[in-house]
Amino acid sequence: MSYISTDSEWTFELLEAYDKEIKRIAESFKLDTYPNQIEVISAEQMMDAYASVGMPLGYHHWSYGKHFLTTQKNYQRGAMGLAYEIVINSSPCIAYLMEENTLPMQALVIAHACYGHNSFFKGNYLFKTWTDASAIVDYLVFSRAYIKKCEERHGIEDVEKVLDSCHALMNYGVDRYKRPKPISAEEEAHRQEERENILQQQVNDLWRTIPKGHEEEAEKMQLNFPSEPQENILYFIEKNAPLLKPWQREIIRIVRKMAQYFYPQRQTQVMNEGWATFWHYTLLHTLYDEGLVNEGFMLEFLTSHTNVVAQPAFDSPNYNGINPYALGFNMFQDIKRICQDPSQEDKEWFPDIAGSDWLETLHFAMKNFKDESFIQQYLSPKLIRDFKLFSLYDDEDSPKYLIDAIHNEKGYRMIRDKLSQQYDLSYREPNIQVWSVDLRGDRSLTLRHTMQSNIPLSDDSTEVIKHLHSLWGFDIHLETYSNGEKVKDQSCPNNKTDDEE
Amino acid sequence: MSYFIDRRLNGKNKSLVNRQRFMQRYKKHIKQAVSEAINKRSITDMERGEKISIPSQDTHEPIISHGQGGQQHRIYPGNKQFDAGDRIDKPKGGGGGSGSGKAGNSGEGEDEFSFYISKEEFLNYIFEDLALPNMVKKSLSTQDEFETKHAGFVTEGTANNLSIVRSMRNAHARRIALSAGKKRKLKSLLLEQRELESNPDGFKNQARLLAISEEISILRSRIKKVPYLDTFDLRYRSQVKYPVPSSKAVMFCLMDVSGSMTQDVKEIAKRFYILLYLFLQKSYDKIELVFIRHHTSAKEVTEEEFFYSRETGGTIVSSALKLMHEIVQDRYSASEWNIYAAQASDGDNWDDDSPRCSTLLSQKILPEVQYFSYIEITPQDHQALWHAYKALETEWPNEFAMAQIREPKDIYTVFRELFAKQTKGSLKGERA
Repeated sequence: MSYISTDSEWTFELLEAYDKEIKRIAESFKLDTYPNQIEVISAEQMMDAYASVGMPLGYHHWSYGKHFLTTQKNYQRGAMGLAYEIVINSSPCIAYLMEENTLPMQALVIAHACYGHNSFFKGNYLFKTWTDASAIVDYLVFSRAYIKKCEERHGIEDVEKVLDSCHALMNYGVDRYKRPKPISAEEEAHRQEERENILQQQVNDLWRTIPKGHEEEAEKMQLNFPSEPQENILYFIEKNAPLLKPWQREIIRIVRKMAQYFYPQRQTQVMNEGWATFWHYTLLHTLYDEGLVNEGFMLEFLTSHTNVVAQPAFDSPNYNGINPYALGFNMFQDIKRICQDPSQEDKEWFPDIAGSDWLETLHFAMKNFKDESFIQQYLSPKLIRDFKLFSLYDDEDSPKYLIDAIHNEKGYRMIRDKLSQQYDLSYREPNIQVWSVDLRGDRSLTLRHTMQSNIPLSDDSTEVIKHLHSLWGFDIHLETYSNGEKVKDQSCPNNKTDDEE
Repeated sequence: MSYFIDRRLNGKNKSLVNRQRFMQRYKKHIKQAVSEAINKRSITDMERGEKISIPSQDTHEPIISHGQGGQQHRIYPGNKQFDAGDRIDKPKGGGGGSGSGKAGNSGEGEDEFSFYISKEEFLNYIFEDLALPNMVKKSLSTQDEFETKHAGFVTEGTANNLSIVRSMRNAHARRIALSAGKKRKLKSLLLEQRELESNPDGFKNQARLLAISEEISILRSRIKKVPYLDTFDLRYRSQVKYPVPSSKAVMFCLMDVSGSMTQDVKEIAKRFYILLYLFLQKSYDKIELVFIRHHTSAKEVTEEEFFYSRETGGTIVSSALKLMHEIVQDRYSASEWNIYAAQASDGDNWDDDSPRCSTLLSQKILPEVQYFSYIEITPQDHQALWHAYKALETEWPNEFAMAQIREPKDIYTVFRELFAKQTKGSLKGERA
């Protein structure tokens, strides 16, 4: 066969030719994808896409403007290159290619985004469970239009205030266990008005001041509200905050839905990037093996691939945490190696996959794990050695750090545990739940923060409580518990001195 | 299936609204930065953007997250010499007991959020303080007046630009071109006809004669059909617009620098000069600035000295006016230069000097200048100088304006006349 191209300038015909070949090879590896919608955009447009967290359209908010200004400044100063691509979990899967890229880069991006990420979106259980790729774009359209309408009716400032508060609590607007119904924009718009009315009635019912017939029973019923602690704070507020207007509840709902949409992405960064990187690497190598691209193409591709998967050491000035591309890519490569060419060690550690069909094993891993469990399951001793991982124990009360595990026989399990924990959202984010509402008193809302390993909240929490207060409308108390004992108490408005008197 | 879509031609300013929202939210900060920039910049240097810095703390979006402290395990790559059980000193500076500021974890360290605003935005922030009418804002921040110049002739245009001479000449040429051959033939046929008629014998001649007369009539009708004036004969005068800063101007900045003028007052004064300068810049090719400061005696100084050096002592305003008059006589003859003057003061003056000022102005200066503006920056009652000037205002309504100023937004009133003239399109009594 002859080369698809020998030049580095791209044309639409060449892009299509590459896409055709990459698609053919991807299918031979059983990559199941949504249809691709590949959009060529300019650098300026890429900056816009960046600023809106990659969403093709979103409601207006100053914080996106802030992102944009940062990106623009860094880009114009040359401090930052733009990403080669952005890909959106939707069906069809939208991928942006930047026009400045050379042809080998475009091919890399097509393989990476349109076949790597795309198949991950379609196959991984978290995405399958939590997001509805076919509806997201429509929902974005709905939310943008709804918020615009609110701005017209209630003024930009008021809408912005609600959004600010919601954004502060966005990470606590997610159902972690309960599977949400898929969102459908049409239905959403249709039901929205109806919901407004009903919701308002229900809220009013909760706060009813007219005495009920059986006082005692009513009291008992209301003593513990909510009857169980609630982890989805935004949801709780949307449904129960006494003073919110219907449109404000709807905005909370929109932010919640967005948070829910991004929730799988936050839990699968290593896997998602690793998977996409593994596949662009494999697909482009297959192109080369088939004689469809030349050495020049491969050199350019490898240069950029090597940069992407580089992992600087902890003491390097370039160190910025563990590179998810590097970890993910190497893990998938490693799984493939364990399947094809297991060592004695691998056979002991991974008896179930050593020597199995690599493609099937890889697909299984992609479909059924998230970062935390993926690392727990598949991080091999060899990789721990390759990365020279070590665990550092930082105790506030000790003047020194302790190295409590390194890449040796004794340390493998511990390192694997701790690394997996680092990607566990329930460890990464403080555990805060809605604890109780003083229904019959001052209507204050009490949250309980359960400390893990005595790690305190960052100073931001004071600000966040203020936002919570503006949504709830009455006093907020945030109690911090450690080992069952109350260790700290924050309130908004801050009336601590009054309490002590 | 893959679809390729070329989106490059779509708008690139999707983020514009969000950017504006951001600017709106941090207006106070931006204004503060702009006004600091004004104080740092020279009057002549207003036409560029500015870097705005806002403390990151203010633009920070809070979220709930773990702070430092407690007991934490962290995994790092790239071990070199550590072994399990090693103890390492914590880096200092993390804040003593509670600090566990591990270098890698602290992430971004920038204390300021900074970005750039464009020249237009910069000017808009200046204007906002000055409470300028929109028309004036527009005329100051956009390219200004145009002069139309002839640039030959073109085939398309509006009727009022029709060049009759050119069009008729074209028509004539076309008529010649289209009918010359036919006319020549007609001429020869007519000649032949006459010959044949003078010799009318023979059947053959009769037949020929008939043919000729037919041909003649065809030719005549063809010639007649050539239009006298056709649409493609029309030529229009081409008018091209050139932006015209018209000519040269000199701007005198006069300021009292006696002890009573504080830095705040000077900063308000600076805005006053900036506004006049921006105005002049739109109207004139070349602007020279003359800075005259005075206390009991006047002196010509650089801009730097003008705004930032302090002097003490009493105040004799006429000294500055006298100096200005001398400089005009000396360097800026009124026939060649458009003279503008802006005077700022806190109103203090020696009592017997004020009438002298008023005489100086009305007899020597005002006849020479385009515009003389005076601001008194004081929250107190008017002083002698004000009353002396007040009479001039009615006497020279087009050339003299004055106002008492407490805040920057009061400045515009002084220029109202001036800008009104400009927006009407012509500067009255302008000298080339």
